Amino acid sequence: MKHNYFLLLAVLPFYFLLSIAPVVHADENIAAMRAELDALKSQYEMRIQALEQRLSAAEQQLQHNQVLPGQEPGAIVDAPVTPGNSYAAASNQFNPAMGVILNGALRAYEHDPQDHYIPGFPQAGEAGLGDEGLSIGESEFVFTANVDDWFYARVTAALEQEDGEFDTGLEEAFIDTLSLPAHTSLRFGRFYSSVGYLNNKHAHTWDFTDQALPYSAFLGIQYGDDGIQLRWLAPTEMYLELGAEVFRGSNYPAAGDADNGFGTQTLFARFGGDVGLSNSWTAGFSWLGASADDRGYGDEDAPLQFNGDSDLYIADLVWKWAPNGNIRERNFVLQAEYLWRKEDGSYDIADMENTGRVTNDATGWYAQGIYQWRPRWRAGLRLDGLSLDDPGAQFADTPLATFGSDPRRYSFMIDYSNSEFSRIRLQFNRDESGPKNDNQVFLQYIMSIGAHGGHEF
Amino acid sequence: MYYRQLFLISLFTGLIAASNAQASVTVFACEPEWAALSREIGGDKISASSATNALQDPHYIQARPSLIAGIRKADLLVCSGSDLEAGWLPLLLRKGNNPKVQPGQQGYLMASQFVKRLEIPTVLDRAQGDLHAQGNPHIQTDPRNLAVLAREIARRLQQIDAGNAQEYQRNLAAFEGRWGRAVDEWQRKAAPLRGKNVVLHHRSWVYLTNWLGLVEVASLETKPGVPPSAAHLNELLGLLKSTPAIAILRTPYQDPKPSEWLTGQTGIPNVALPFTVGGLPGANDLYSVFDATVKLLLATLETDGE
Repeated sequence: MKHNYFLLLAVLPFYFLLSIAPVVHADENIAAMRAELDALKSQYEMRIQALEQRLSAAEQQLQHNQVLPGQEPGAIVDAPVTPGNSYAAASNQFNPAMGVILNGALRAYEHDPQDHYIPGFPQAGEAGLGDEGLSIGESEFVFTANVDDWFYARVTAALEQEDGEFDTGLEEAFIDTLSLPAHTSLRFGRFYSSVGYLNNKHAHTWDFTDQALPYSAFLGIQYGDDGIQLRWLAPTEMYLELGAEVFRGSNYPAAGDADNGFGTQTLFARFGGDVGLSNSWTAGFSWLGASADDRGYGDEDAPLQFNGDSDLYIADLVWKWAPNGNIRERNFVLQAEYLWRKEDGSYDIADMENTGRVTNDATGWYAQGIYQWRPRWRAGLRLDGLSLDDPGAQFADTPLATFGSDPRRYSFMIDYSNSEFSRIRLQFNRDESGPKNDNQVFLQYIMSIGAHGGHEF
Repeated sequence: MYYRQLFLISLFTGLIAASNAQASVTVFACEPEWAALSREIGGDKISASSATNALQDPHYIQARPSLIAGIRKADLLVCSGSDLEAGWLPLLLRKGNNPKVQPGQQGYLMASQFVKRLEIPTVLDRAQGDLHAQGNPHIQTDPRNLAVLAREIARRLQQIDAGNAQEYQRNLAAFEGRWGRAVDEWQRKAAPLRGKNVVLHHRSWVYLTNWLGLVEVASLETKPGVPPSAAHLNELLGLLKSTPAIAILRTPYQDPKPSEWLTGQTGIPNVALPFTVGGLPGANDLYSVFDATVKLLLATLETDGE
C-alpha cells in the first residue's frame, strides 16, 4: 500500500538519527574523551581568571558609580530583578494562559441558505452557509501552557448552538515538543493539518467571514483529526520546513478510520524569506492522501456513499508588503492557492441503480488581496472558484452531477480593528457557486479576551 | 548496500562538521540596540543580527519565515522582554526548533529582567490600552541600563563559548571604561535639560526622561498603543499653553503627522530621536545614538531661547 510507504517516510528520519549517532562516536570515543578532559581543564583555568577579572572590574565599577554625577542612587539594579528568566511563568503563574474568542455575525441572504449546496461537490463537516440573521456563531476557548521543559500544550474548545442545542467540540488539543535534537519537532494529539496555507488557520484569523470555496469543498472547511506531525527546519539561509503527518482518518475527506486507524497521510514543504526591507513571502507545496470507508453525504436514510482514495495537492503563495517592514501604518497582503483533487473509488446510493467506479478530477483556487491603508482600517477583495469533471450519466440526479457553469464567488470586505483584540467587519458576496446565484451580506464581530498569542505569518 | 549506508553516514557527519566549522557564536537580537551591544562584547567572535530595524515598531512584528530561519541558528537570544515582543517572539521560539534559546536556557536573555523597570501597572485592564504587565520595556533609552546588560551579555557569552572567555572579558572591560566616560560626558552636557518639560508620542522615552531629569507633561496617545485622536490633540493645545514644553518626542517609526500638527499649532519643536541604532542617519552605533539624542535635545533649548 502506498500509504504505508509514506508512514515509513515519516518514521525514517528518527531511525537514522538513532542508528547513526552511536556509529559515528564509537570510533573516536577515547580520543574525544581525552580532548574533552583537556578542554575542561583549560576552560576551568580560564573561568577562574575571568572570575578574578570580574571581581576587580566590579570593584572598579563600584567606585566609578559612586562618583558619577547626577545619578540617582539605586537607579540600576545589578542583580536580576526576577531570578532567572521566568518570562513564561510570570505571565500566568503556572495556570494555563486562557483566552476566549467571540465570533458572531449578522448574515443576510437573498435565497434560503438551507437550500444551498455546491453541485458536484458532496461536502461534509461544517461546510454549509452560516445561519441567517443574528447569530453568536462559535465561541472559542483557548488554554495554553508549557507542560515542562520538553512539552507545550494547547487546547481549543468551541461552543456553539445548533438547532437549539449546545454543541461543544474539541477543535484542537495538541502537544508540541520544545527541545528535540536536530531541529526537529513533533506535534501530537488533535490538530489542524499544516497542509496548504489556510488549513490550520482558526476562523477568527480569516480575512473574510467565510472560508475560501476550495477549502469548503475539498477539506470540509479545514481538515483536523487525531494524529502526529513531524517537522524539520533546514539549516539554510532561506526558510525551508519539511513536514509529514499521519492522522486517524475520521473526518472528511477521509472517513471510517481506514487503514487500521491511519487513514490520512500528508507531506508538506514550506519556503519563505524576505525581499529587501519591505517585502516578505511564503510558499508551500502539500499533499494530503485520505482513505474513505463509507463516506456518507446527503439524506441519512439513503446517503450517497464513497469508498476509495482521495488525494489532494495544494500550492500556496503569500506575499506581504509593508513600507520598511513596519506593518503598523500600512501594509498589503496578496494570497493565492491552487488545489487539485483526485478521487478514485466508487460511489453508491442506497435504493438506486447508479453505482459505479469514478475517477474524479477537481480543481479549486482562490486569490485575495487585503490592504491596510491606515492604522486600524483594512479592505479586501477575494475571487474563488471550482471546476469538476462530469462524473458520467449514471450520476445525473445525484449531488455529484455538475451544473452548467463552474462555481464562482466574488467577495469584498472592509474591517475596523479598534485594537489587536477587537475587529468589526462588513462583507458582501456575489455567490455563483450554488443552485441559485445569491447576494450575501455579513456584519461580523471578532473579540478576544484574556491571553491571546500572536498569529502565524 | 553498504555503499548506500556509507554514503548516508558520510553525508550526515559532513553536515555535522559543516555546522561545527563556524566556531563563532550566533546572536539573534530582537532589537538593533542588543545586536550592537553584543558586538561590543563579542567582537569578531560572534555574528549578531537584529530581527527588527529602527524604522519598525517592535510591538508589531510578524513571525516572518526569515525570522524563524534566523532563530533556528541562534546560540544566544537577546531581547528587551517585558512582553514587548509578546506578539511574535513566542511564535518564533515554538516554530524555530531550537532548544538552546528556549526560556530558562543560557541562550535566552530578556534584557529588562536585569534592570529596574519603570511603570509597572498596578491594575491590568485592556481598557487602559496596550499595557505591559511587567513594566515599560523600552529600557535602552537610559545608557546606564546598557552598562548593566553589557555585563550580562558577557557572562552569557562566556558560558556559551568558554574558549573565548578571556576575549569577552577584555572587550567588556574596554567597553565599560569607554562607556562610563561617555555617560559622564552626556550627563555633563545634558545638565541644562534637567527639569524641562517634554511631550511624548508613545511612552517610549520614560527611561530617557528619568535619566536626564526631563518632565513628561503629556503624551499624544491617550492610552498606550492607541493612535492619537484629533480630540485629544485639541485638549493638548490648551494644556501646552499653560504648561509650555521644550519638545515633542517621537521614535523614527511613529507617524510624524500628529506631532507636526501640534508643532504647527504651538511652535514647540517636534523631534525624532534615534531611539535605537540606525534610527537616524549617522546613529550607527550605541555611542552616536546618545550623542545625537543629547545634541537634538539641547538644540531645542537654543530655539526655545531665541
